[in-house]
Amino acid sequence: MPHPMTAPQILDREFLEIRAKLLELAASFDRLDRAQGTVSGDSRESLIQEGLKILQSDDPNRAEQLQLLFSRQYDENWRQNFSL
Amino acid sequence: MYYFDPHIHMVSRTTDDYETLSRMGCVGMSEPAFWAGFDRGSVESFRDYFRQLTDFEKKRAGQFGLQHFTWLCINAKEAENVSLSREVIKMIPEFLDIPGVLGIGEIGLNKNTKNESTIFLEHLELAANYEQQILIHTPHLEDKYQGTRMILDMLCGDRRLDHHRVLVDHVEEHTIRPVLEKGFWAGMTLYPVSKCTPQRAADMVEMYGPERLMVNSAGDWGPSKPTAVPDFIVEMRRRGHSESLIRKVVYENPMEFFGQSQNFQFTPPDVPETITET
Ligand SMILES: [Zn+2]
Repeated sequence: MPHPMTAPQILDREFLEIRAKLLELAASFDRLDRAQGTVSGDSRESLIQEGLKILQSDDPNRAEQLQLLFSRQYDENWRQNFSL
Repeated sequence: MYYFDPHIHMVSRTTDDYETLSRMGCVGMSEPAFWAGFDRGSVESFRDYFRQLTDFEKKRAGQFGLQHFTWLCINAKEAENVSLSREVIKMIPEFLDIPGVLGIGEIGLNKNTKNESTIFLEHLELAANYEQQILIHTPHLEDKYQGTRMILDMLCGDRRLDHHRVLVDHVEEHTIRPVLEKGFWAGMTLYPVSKCTPQRAADMVEMYGPERLMVNSAGDWGPSKPTAVPDFIVEMRRRGHSESLIRKVVYENPMEFFGQSQNFQFTPPDVPETITET
């Protein structure tokens, strides 16, 4: 299904929103750095780093990939494992 | 524009919310049975809840010209209690002939456990035996992908079920494709925080087309916005989508899906659509 808006129109509409979301992320990372203690070694920290890589790729389905990154694995033998 | 909210928990909302929904173009809603925020102690608790859903909410909605429909089950969270769940499932047929009861829902998974799966399968049995439509809750956040795949395995493993009479709700970018590919209906649930937004729902309509796709507000007792469907309508308009496409998703699709239930006696608003549109 075609999108009625062109890419330049979408960028015009969303540029400030994207900018604001990037700033929120940057401020969150700064806040983590300023605080006492460390989160290195926390698995969520490495998920975030992986997520940033997905954002920088030019694949067409980045939202779906991010969702899968933050998902538990599906095992197709689950019924046998549950004896169901 | 008229719309129908396919999944909203009105027992958690005030009468003022009914009035607001009416003002915003809502003409009706379907309310699945769900978790009250605490585990109920007995089957009698559920019987009272079902009376509230089938009787009181219908009257409350009717005051504002809204048509209220409902679905019955024991939700995935309380399904962890297998013996209570079986008592509730046994009691549900008492309510299935009441006008406005559309089927079994929202059944599903929460933490994707064995007990939840057992009770899910027993609900499917009930639905098949009474030829009921099914409305499904898929888990949230990190459990959604795994849980949705497990649910699809169980649905596809039961040859008695007609996929076109099953609605799988709370789909997101990583679960919508398998749901639609297997012939089920899919619902996108709009939340103000952490889950699907009106923008991302509009993206999914653009990517997958409007067939067998609906949007709902959930509007439960947690942070949620009962008027989220109008937000989706506005987002679609801002993008330049046609009124006919928007109407298909928010009105015609619910009519087509719910219309398959014999207890869906819906009176369409008699004012021609064009008069209310700007
Ligand atoms: Zn719900």
